[in-house]
Amino acid sequence: MSTPIKRALFYASVVLLALAAPLLAPAFKTQMAFLWVMIVFALSWDILGGQMGYNSFGNILFFGVGMYACAVVQRDSGLDYFPALYVGMVTGAMVAVGFAAVLGSGMLGLRGHYFAIGTLGLGIAAGEFASGWDYIGAGSGLLTPLFPGEIGGRETFFYYLMFAIAAITFPVLRWLYAGRFGLTINAIRDDEDKAEAMGIHTTLYKTAAWCTSAFFLGLTGAVVGNMIGFIDPRDVAFTGATYGVWMILMAILGGKGTLWGPVIGAVVFHVTQQLFWTYLLGWQRVALGLLIVIIVVFFPLGILGWARERWPERFGHKVQQDLKPVHGGK
Amino acid sequence: MGILEVKGVRKTFGGVIANSDISLSVPEGKIIGLIGPNGSGKTTLFNSIVGYHPIDGGSIRFLAREISRLRVPQIARLGLIRTFQQTRIYGKMTCLQNMQISVPQTQQRWRLVMNKIPAEDTERAEGLLEFVGLYAKRHLFAGDLSFGQQKLLEFAMALMIQPKMLLLDEPTAGINPTLINALISRLRRVNTELGITLLVIEHNMRVIMDLAEYIYCLAHGELLAEGKPETIQNDQRVIDAYLGAH
Repeated sequence: MSTPIKRALFYASVVLLALAAPLLAPAFKTQMAFLWVMIVFALSWDILGGQMGYNSFGNILFFGVGMYACAVVQRDSGLDYFPALYVGMVTGAMVAVGFAAVLGSGMLGLRGHYFAIGTLGLGIAAGEFASGWDYIGAGSGLLTPLFPGEIGGRETFFYYLMFAIAAITFPVLRWLYAGRFGLTINAIRDDEDKAEAMGIHTTLYKTAAWCTSAFFLGLTGAVVGNMIGFIDPRDVAFTGATYGVWMILMAILGGKGTLWGPVIGAVVFHVTQQLFWTYLLGWQRVALGLLIVIIVVFFPLGILGWARERWPERFGHKVQQDLKPVHGGK
Repeated sequence: MGILEVKGVRKTFGGVIANSDISLSVPEGKIIGLIGPNGSGKTTLFNSIVGYHPIDGGSIRFLAREISRLRVPQIARLGLIRTFQQTRIYGKMTCLQNMQISVPQTQQRWRLVMNKIPAEDTERAEGLLEFVGLYAKRHLFAGDLSFGQQKLLEFAMALMIQPKMLLLDEPTAGINPTLINALISRLRRVNTELGITLLVIEHNMRVIMDLAEYIYCLAHGELLAEGKPETIQNDQRVIDAYLGAH
């Protein structure tokens, strides 16, 4: 079988499996919905962290912003449940993009560790800010509207909604990385000064990359707020210490700077984490911490990064020069 | 009036005067040399020209336009491209990708940002890789090349961008002697066939005397001498500067 057919079959089977999953394992719908959340987290973090070389510790900001913006639309728009949810999701994504555009013009001027530390402040500041703002419920949080459907329908609905977001995120990123956009942010990762010296609009590309990341995080935030049903500023929305760190961890675990790495990382991480919760209750945080240490020490390049180092040929990288005659030689 | 006019440029770092009242003129279509002992301010002058840091006085005009207040990417987009003394390439990308990304950043290109790399860009990239002798290595990571090969790649990338003028910072440093001759002939071809003006910093006297039509010599941040290669070679001040008589 040729490669495109194999690839099409592979994608088709993944989609079929994902569509059938709630029927196959109805008890795990919410956990599986969170698997898609984790995949979007890792993929969207990797745009900057992996492909562009900007380690952001503040991406959780866009998640929380999207969550709040959607909830406010649902509360104040007066629309029915579903129209309000969809308008809210779009609004959440747009507001998150707006934040990324405004913050990006300032923050993305920072390089390396300075950017990492600067963004770390963002998530924390946002949490503090949200817990002091009465309009969005301040410290006592915000309730999202009740799901109108029958019992059990809620979990199924949000599972498919999250799957849809993940199923859009992946091909969009794949398409972006395949073109000039991907090459440009890779160039910024490898040597930003050189990219500037070659006339590349670095600030524009960096901001666009962060906005893309914010878009998908804003959408996800909007949905997760509704899945949980209650928005707490520090424990649900701006959860820098859990989701904020996990998204980085998953991307690194799978192999940052690759398309599939974050997906693999998210699956491995989420499944292990669920197992820890089930079988190591009480010790789950210790086990998680241990896992982090093991990843960093033994797989600094991640699962896919390690595989790529070992078998570069399988990933389309050549280590030997072409000895075949040069085509169209002068 | 030259394509690049530098007038009375001054640049200090704290108390160190790196460039003081330097003026030079590069006529369009020529190859001009810039020499001087280590620490004489050649690279600082390059950095000032391409907008890497603001200058403290004087004026720099490229194509009759004042550029001393513009930023690095803006100057690059005008068609004034520099290469680095320590090569700078995108190490974790293949040679071909390094080339594909080095295209002129025009408005139209920005609109096409989401598109795939056009076939004509790839063809041109392969042609230029062939020109510098790196075609066979086009799928290797640029970071895995030797220093000399990286230098050639950086040169090819600069050509890919179709500049009007190139500032080359020691193009032959680290390249083996047989390749140097090939590089000189390529620099000449770039100048005559593509019409690209060159301003070259070079320590290898044989290379620069052979290549440049006119040479400026810096010492201690000042313009020490200028003239045709023969004049410079016989200038006692230049010889003294290089031998440390100052």
